[in-house]
Amino acid sequence: MFTLYNYVLSGNCYKIRLFAALLGVEYKIISVDFYPGREHRSPEMLALNPAGTLPVLTAGDLVLTETQAMLTWIAARFDPSETWLPRDPEGLATVIEWLGFAGRLTQSAGLARLQAMLSWPGDSDAAKAAATEDLRRLELALTDRVLEGGLWLAGDAPTVADIACFPYVALSPDAGLEHEGYPAIRNWLYAIRGLPGFVTMPGIHYLHDVPRGADG
Amino acid sequence: MSLSYARDDWYAVAMVEQLAEGRVLRSKLLGQEIGVSGSATEPMVRASGALRPAELRYDHVWTTLSDAPRPLFEIAEAAEDDRTFVPCGPVTVRCSPLRAVENFLDIAHFPFVHTGILGEEPHTEVRPYKVEIRDEIDEVWATEIGFHQPQAAKSATTAIETQYQYRVPAPTTAVLYKTCPPKPDAWDVIAIFVQPETEERCIVWPWMALYDDVTAYAELVQFQQEIFLQDRSILENQKPTLLPLDPRMEIPTRCDLTSVVYRRWLKRKGATYGAMTKT
Repeated sequence: MFTLYNYVLSGNCYKIRLFAALLGVEYKIISVDFYPGREHRSPEMLALNPAGTLPVLTAGDLVLTETQAMLTWIAARFDPSETWLPRDPEGLATVIEWLGFAGRLTQSAGLARLQAMLSWPGDSDAAKAAATEDLRRLELALTDRVLEGGLWLAGDAPTVADIACFPYVALSPDAGLEHEGYPAIRNWLYAIRGLPGFVTMPGIHYLHDVPRGADG
Repeated sequence: MSLSYARDDWYAVAMVEQLAEGRVLRSKLLGQEIGVSGSATEPMVRASGALRPAELRYDHVWTTLSDAPRPLFEIAEAAEDDRTFVPCGPVTVRCSPLRAVENFLDIAHFPFVHTGILGEEPHTEVRPYKVEIRDEIDEVWATEIGFHQPQAAKSATTAIETQYQYRVPAPTTAVLYKTCPPKPDAWDVIAIFVQPETEERCIVWPWMALYDDVTAYAELVQFQQEIFLQDRSILENQKPTLLPLDPRMEIPTRCDLTSVVYRRWLKRKGATYGAMTKT
C-alpha cells in the first residue's frame, strides 16, 4: 500500500497508475491541481518535494519524487516473480539504461505535449525536434529487438523499462508527432496495451477502442 | 468562411486567475494576434496592437473584435453564490472551433470514449429527445435527454439515470445542464467557451458551476479535464477538419439530431467560420 500524489493528465503519474494496475497493487490517490492551479508548487507540496514535480509517492517514512525510482521500488517491493526488475547484472543494467532514456523522453516528447496542449512556455520546435530524435532512437532499438526475436526493451518479458518509456511515446500524437513511420514502436505500443490489467489515460485507449486498421 | 458573423461575438481569451502584473498571455483570435494583460480588476486585451474591450464574466476575460458586438449571453446560474465555480484551464486543440462545440453536444459517444465515467457498454442506446431552434432568443436547445451513467459527476457514488439539457447560446459556446446528484432540484452547469484561433485551431476553456461541497477542488478540475482530454485526440483526427454544413457531406442518424440542428442553425445565420461551405 502506498499513496500517490497524482495529476490525471501527467504521463509520469500514469506510469505509476499503470504499473500498480498491472501488478494488482492497491494504493491511495491524492489529486493535485497541477493545471491550471499549479498546486504542485504550493508550500505544502514543496515541503514534501522541494523539486516541485509530480508524481510523489509516499509509503510510511519513504518519500519518492523520481518516477523511475518509484517504478523500481514498486517492482522490488511487490513483484515476487522478479521479472519486472531483473536481478541478473546485464538485465538490471539494461533496464536502468532505459530508465535514463525515459527521463529524457519527459523532457522531449513530454514537454512538446504540454506545449501543444496546455500552452506551456518554451520553444515548441526545439522540444518536438528532440522528441523526434528520441522516437527514431527508440524505433532503431526496438527494430533490433525484433530482429533478435524479442519484443520488449530488455529481456524476454516486459520490465519497468517498458512501462517507463511507454506513456510519452504513446502520447506523442498529442503534440502532432504521429506514429506513422515507426512500425517497431507501434508493435511495441500494441503489446503493452495488450498486457493483462492494462489501464488507460486520456489520449491512450484500450485496444478494443481502436478501429480496425487505425494506428496505435 | 465568414469572418463577419464571427467578428460580432464575444470570446473568452483568459482565465481571471491567469492575470498577473507584467504578464502578457499571447494567442490568436480569428487569425489576429492578441495579448491579454492587466490585473483581475483591470484586464486589458490588445488585438494586433490595438486595445479591445475586456469584460469579466464567468471567471474569464472576454473580448470582441467588433465595435458593435451582439451582447454576451447570460448564464443565470453564475449568480448563485453557493455554487462552486471551476474554470478548468485552457486546452489547445487542432480542430475547427465548431467541431469542438459539436463534439460537446454529442451524447452517443459517451460509452465508447468516456467508458466507465459518462457511459458504458451495453448501455449505448440514445433514447429519443427533443431539439429545437428557439427563434426568440436565437439559441439551439436539446432537452428531455436521459442517459445511464456509471459516474455522472464527481459527487455521484453509483450509476444513475442522468437528465441532460444542452444549450448553444453562440456558435462557439455550449452549455450543459445536468442532474446534480447531491441537489436534485438544481442543475449542474458545465460549459465550454471556445476561442477560435483560426478555422483549424482553437483554445477550449471549460467552466463549471456546481453544487458540490464535498469533493476536493483538484478532483473537480481533473474530473472534467480527464473527460475533455479523452475527446481531444479524437477531435484532432476528424476529417475533414472543417465542419461540413451541407447535409450530404456526412450521414447523420437519429441520435445526432442536436448536431443536425446545430449545423442548420449555423448555416442559416451564416456563422461559417470553421465550417466547410463548399464541397
